[in-house]
Amino acid sequence: MIELITQHPILSALIALGSLALIFGGILGFAAVQFKVEGDPIVEALDALLPQTQCGQCGHPGCKPYAEGIAKGEPINKCPPGGQSTIDNIAELLGVEAPSLDEEHGEEADVKTVAYIREDECIGCTKCIQACPVDAILGAAKQMHTVIVDECTGCDLCVEPCPVDCIDMLPVEQTLQEWKWTAPNKMSNLIATDRAPLISNSDSAPSSASDEENAA
Amino acid sequence: MSTLIASDQRVSQAIGDFHGGIYPPENKDQSMQLPIGELPVPPVLVFPLNQHMGAPAMPIVALGDTVLRGQKIAEAVGGFSAAIHASSSGTITAIEDRTLPHASGMSGTCIEITTDGQHKAIAFTPCEDYRQHSAQALIQKIRDAGITGLGGAGFPTAIKLQPQAQFAIDTLILNGTECEPYITADHSLMRYHAEEVIEGALLLSYILGEPKNIILGVEDNKPDAIEALSSVLEQRDDADNIRIITFPTKYPSGGEKQLIQLITGKEVPSGTIPASLGIVMQNVGTAVVAHRTITKGEPLTSRITTFVGNALNTQRNMYTLLGTPIHFALEHLGLAEKDFSLEAGNKLIMGGPMMGFALKSTEVPVVKSTNCVIAPSKQELPPQPEAQECIRCGMCAEVCPASLLPQQLYWYAKAEDHERAQSHNLFDCIECGACSFVCPSNIPLVQYYRASKGAIKQIEQEKVKSDHARQRFEFRKERMEKAEADKAAKREARKQAAAKAKKIQAEKKAALEKNPTTEVKATSDQTAEVATAVDPVAAAMARVKAQQNDPVAQQAKLERAVSGAKDRVTKLTEKLHAEPSKKQKSKLEEHKDRTASQLKQAEIRLQDAEKALAEHADKNPPVTMTPTHSSATTGSEKAETANDAAGSAIERAKANAAAMATMSPKEKLQKSITSLEQRLAKAQARFADAEKENNDNVDAFRTGAEKLEQKLATAKEALEKELN
Repeated sequence: MIELITQHPILSALIALGSLALIFGGILGFAAVQFKVEGDPIVEALDALLPQTQCGQCGHPGCKPYAEGIAKGEPINKCPPGGQSTIDNIAELLGVEAPSLDEEHGEEADVKTVAYIREDECIGCTKCIQACPVDAILGAAKQMHTVIVDECTGCDLCVEPCPVDCIDMLPVEQTLQEWKWTAPNKMSNLIATDRAPLISNSDSAPSSASDEENAA
Repeated sequence: MSTLIASDQRVSQAIGDFHGGIYPPENKDQSMQLPIGELPVPPVLVFPLNQHMGAPAMPIVALGDTVLRGQKIAEAVGGFSAAIHASSSGTITAIEDRTLPHASGMSGTCIEITTDGQHKAIAFTPCEDYRQHSAQALIQKIRDAGITGLGGAGFPTAIKLQPQAQFAIDTLILNGTECEPYITADHSLMRYHAEEVIEGALLLSYILGEPKNIILGVEDNKPDAIEALSSVLEQRDDADNIRIITFPTKYPSGGEKQLIQLITGKEVPSGTIPASLGIVMQNVGTAVVAHRTITKGEPLTSRITTFVGNALNTQRNMYTLLGTPIHFALEHLGLAEKDFSLEAGNKLIMGGPMMGFALKSTEVPVVKSTNCVIAPSKQELPPQPEAQECIRCGMCAEVCPASLLPQQLYWYAKAEDHERAQSHNLFDCIECGACSFVCPSNIPLVQYYRASKGAIKQIEQEKVKSDHARQRFEFRKERMEKAEADKAAKREARKQAAAKAKKIQAEKKAALEKNPTTEVKATSDQTAEVATAVDPVAAAMARVKAQQNDPVAQQAKLERAVSGAKDRVTKLTEKLHAEPSKKQKSKLEEHKDRTASQLKQAEIRLQDAEKALAEHADKNPPVTMTPTHSSATTGSEKAETANDAAGSAIERAKANAAAMATMSPKEKLQKSITSLEQRLAKAQARFADAEKENNDNVDAFRTGAEKLEQKLATAKEALEKELN
């Protein structure tokens, strides 16, 4: 046998390559089983970027289904609650150009809202409870319902089913803890002659500088 | 001053230095011309519930309550919060939203006290020797007194005095730097209350377990304060480990991390607290207040505040009661500019000119962290010239005390590239304003950084919220799917059972037609079938027994079970008796067998059910229904019991309905009228809107509104009738 191999270099090469192929095939096969990726990782990444309002404005019953839709090639500009920033983030993730929001699915809201049930008007029909995608409405049949404000995503899916029209979408009031500084006005007039106030200020500018010196 | 340092070894120069820094005009002399004055008790005091870092306090007084000086009016909520105390005696006249002394100019809940001018205090419990008490007890006292850092940030002091166990504290630094221009509150405190500063240092040192070094850090522009402190140290023999370290005046040497770098030469690593280096830092004012609280028992109700600015007639430091409205202080000190008002373009700054903020109202009060109020004349603080483009001069990077790259941060903040901004250590920025100060293009750099920090924090919060929403959504989906699957499984089980029964029937028929001898086998199959059928019954009985804690529903259920069993027994008996009349002789016997066994089963079931009912009745005597223990072969009896149950239910329902109807017709009518009115108003509003917009459905809206009007009129008539 050894003689046969030494005398036929082609055969020895074939045996060597064949055994290598078998070994690596085995390793790859093991890796495929051992390190199997459950689900589609791109769907998870997309889902993490979506705002999770579960509002269904994209035409899907929730954010994850839309993420799956995007993974299958759907347009990425169907999410009004996420707005342009979400579209930009998804475009960056997918390496595509960011389109502007498709207004067909709704407009980007400037203020965040939460649902509010006018409780004395509620008849206890539970229709809004069934509609809420995040279980943020509390109540039972023939009992008054109420919205858990902290859990409400502001998707307004509960407004439509209410037979007595007692649900309002109220803007979220900003608390002191949530307050943040706003960025200064971005300099829009870059051409010096466009800056009217600066030219009129030019007389007072030297005097203010001298004041500061005096103060020092 | 050089002679002073030479003459006393307690005073030494700082060994370290920090990067950058600026030398703004100090403007500290104006307010140091006069000794500390005292502001009288104002007619009203206002206490914001959120004047510290952390959770807002919770009011523990009600409208109309009379309070005395030092009485707690709001309790700390949780560990990271601070209590609030009345700073004079009077009556609580409001607990409502007021404009806060905050950069946002937002309103928040405040307690208002209308003072009675008597300034009566509660009985304080002084403490002769705090060394008799444990550090923990003293910290609790400090917490109860609502003490927060008086330097500006308002961090609850008690928390800072309890560093985590893994940090061994070997250095206590009292910050008397006061590096911001204009402010002299700490300066005057050290000059006129040097004794108390030293006492405070000793107290804090005792609470922290006597660290090796106690250091008073004072900038060298306060020679009188340094002299006062060192002369006190000289007279005392218990303060050997206290040293005064001075350093050249530079802004911002008073920053916590900058001062540590100056004094120890060590840099506090990014993202950690000074305690990780074994250092605790407190403001000198905080130390004095803590000492007063412990020895005299007085909570934090007043502080020294610098009132300064050319718009004031008198510029000086004042002992100010917390809650004093700013306008009261301004009026007391006299305004040089007669037409001084925020509306007319005057500015009013709380805190220093570098890190303070402009007030949006003069109604806001002095709070625990108000070290300075600047009322500048218009010449003193001209409006900021308009920002121009960055010329990349790099001066901002030269002065940054945190050694950051302000120019890079500016680009990223402007482009809202939060990721890059964070990787350039945006959160190490102490917002000192040195970069904005030197910027030749007058770019409000700090404002960009603050906005960027705020945006990043908001995004993080939203991320947490959206993750939470996703979790809830997925849980709900799972739940719905499970319910759906359960339903489907039940449907499937029913379907299969029906198919099986059909199959057996068909098989039997076929077997009988083919060969009567297989009858035996079929019968045995049948019995097996019956046996399996018994099991669910037993399970149901077990469930029934388990659920006996709901007597009424239970009884109804048991009654139903009894009547059902009786029904079945009756039917089967009839069937059994009727069987002989059947023509097919071969079938007869098998049928008889089967029916008999079924009858037996049914009887067992009936007995079980009755027994359960009896037990139930025994356990729940108030329920009147008693089961009959007869063999129960007649259908009429079963019908009776069933009727009884149903009848009583119907009776109850009727009674309820009658009660509802007779409850209060007037009230009901009034209710309906109000709701109708509301609906009418809504409908009219909708109609008006539609008309405005020339909506196609204007007519529909109009008729809707008219109908509602009619309904309302009839309801009102009905009410009038009812009233008459």
